[in-house]
Amino acid sequence: MNKVDELLSKLRDNAPTDKDSVSIRENGKTVYRKVMEGISIIDKPNSAGFNMVIAKGTKGKAVHIPVVITRDNLNEIVYNDFEIQDNCDVVIVAGCGIHNDAHEMVSHNGIHSFKIGKNCKVIYIEKHLGLGTNQNKILNPLTNVDLGEGSYFEMNTHQLGGVEFADRKTFAKLGDNSTMYINEKILTTGDEIAKTHFKVNLKGQNSSVEVVSRAVAEGNSKQEFISNVIGENKCFGHVECDGIISNKAQIFSTPKIMAKHIDAVLIHEAAIGKISEEQTLKLMTLGLTQEEAEKKIIDGFLK
Amino acid sequence: MLTVENVSYKVKEDNKEKLILDDINFSIKKDEMLVITGHNGSGKSTLAKILMGILKPTTGKITFNGKDITNMSVCDRAKLGISYGFQQPIYFKGLTVKDLLNIACQNEVSVPCACKYLSQVGLCAKEYVFREVNNKLSGGELKRIEIATILAKNGSLNIYDEPEAGIDLWSFDALVKIFKKKTATNIIISHQQRLIELADKIILLNSAKIEKQGTKAEVLPYLHNDLCMRLKGEDYE
Repeated sequence: MNKVDELLSKLRDNAPTDKDSVSIRENGKTVYRKVMEGISIIDKPNSAGFNMVIAKGTKGKAVHIPVVITRDNLNEIVYNDFEIQDNCDVVIVAGCGIHNDAHEMVSHNGIHSFKIGKNCKVIYIEKHLGLGTNQNKILNPLTNVDLGEGSYFEMNTHQLGGVEFADRKTFAKLGDNSTMYINEKILTTGDEIAKTHFKVNLKGQNSSVEVVSRAVAEGNSKQEFISNVIGENKCFGHVECDGIISNKAQIFSTPKIMAKHIDAVLIHEAAIGKISEEQTLKLMTLGLTQEEAEKKIIDGFLK
Repeated sequence: MLTVENVSYKVKEDNKEKLILDDINFSIKKDEMLVITGHNGSGKSTLAKILMGILKPTTGKITFNGKDITNMSVCDRAKLGISYGFQQPIYFKGLTVKDLLNIACQNEVSVPCACKYLSQVGLCAKEYVFREVNNKLSGGELKRIEIATILAKNGSLNIYDEPEAGIDLWSFDALVKIFKKKTATNIIISHQQRLIELADKIILLNSAKIEKQGTKAEVLPYLHNDLCMRLKGEDYE
């Protein structure tokens, strides 16, 4: 298996079917594209990236847009804009994998902007992965979401090792009766650094957001979690940040909730610590060794 | 099946040694049910933890099926067929009920099989099998999931630390049914009269020592008498 295929296979937890649309970006260029009815993807004329339009009423469709980098000394900024029109029900699977054995830095800055119409259901999956011996693999994703009335946007992001530096930013504005669910899993090892910053404006009446962040920091790695949920109407926001640290790793969590409306209900929960001895002990009473028990707990936590 | 000889357990508190268990001796045969009862702080949970290997006795010897397990780890005892139900069940963010049952069975359990274990502890299986074992579950639900993992592990010696704690009356009936089946040797830490009455043997612990042990017929009248004395306010000592 070559490096490209290896990265693509590791990014594909949800492998595309024959009915799915696919656009693959490899080493700075679009190398494969297949679009199905109701979906259009057109490269931007003056910058890297594409404009995707999902037509009104498109349902049960999935779009896969992986990015792979196997070349050294490639540093790119890619702008992908997604217009999802009213009454759509779609899944978008993104992700970036870098394989770098050389000495030069490789970085991918993916800027994804979603404009989502009314009464849509959009599931967005993004996985980040680094392979290879070089320690200059950098990923800086930025996601903007403008969520229309009555719509649901679910964002599942996973970064499970091998990325030396990541600075993720997510900004969202929610309309009336809209719901956003953010599920983030990050594993850092060695000297890796991962930062993640969420800012969600609950503008619409009865809008709600749920942010679940689970972080595991091992070795000498560092993670920083900043969340800022602003309630500007009758709304509900819940942020849950859990972290497990081991060795000399560090996790910083900065919660910020701002209620600007009398009927805004905002909650933040955060817990950081080492693996619970009681959890380990319970699994040992079921026959696992301490090492097996700890692995099971971490795998489950990041599942 | 299990023999406990001269087991003592000491801890240091404020630079002074405190005896938590003092020269404990007893044995239990295959498929017997032993209930260990006694006052709060009498050493019951410590004894249960020592039997599972969570705590190491200061002195004494524990033999399981002829094998000295005194210095054996928790994991190795579990592999020998000893199971343990925690008094305060543990929750796990990310692991589901089915994940725990898979670990207990050392295999991928089928959904109908997982449901069978959950139904035995009075849980509506379909609602729970894929649920995360997290703090959104009540204490009683966690406790019943805890017992389901012990049933799934199918050990030959099950140690339960207050299995009735937090369980409602209806689920308690399900629990009684499990113990009545006698599919394993059971050691149960309990204050619950209905569980005590199911026992083949009873041990009464008092201030780190065994005050009385024997068959149900031998110990139950003593326990009733002991309770009556305390209700009357007479000096227990």
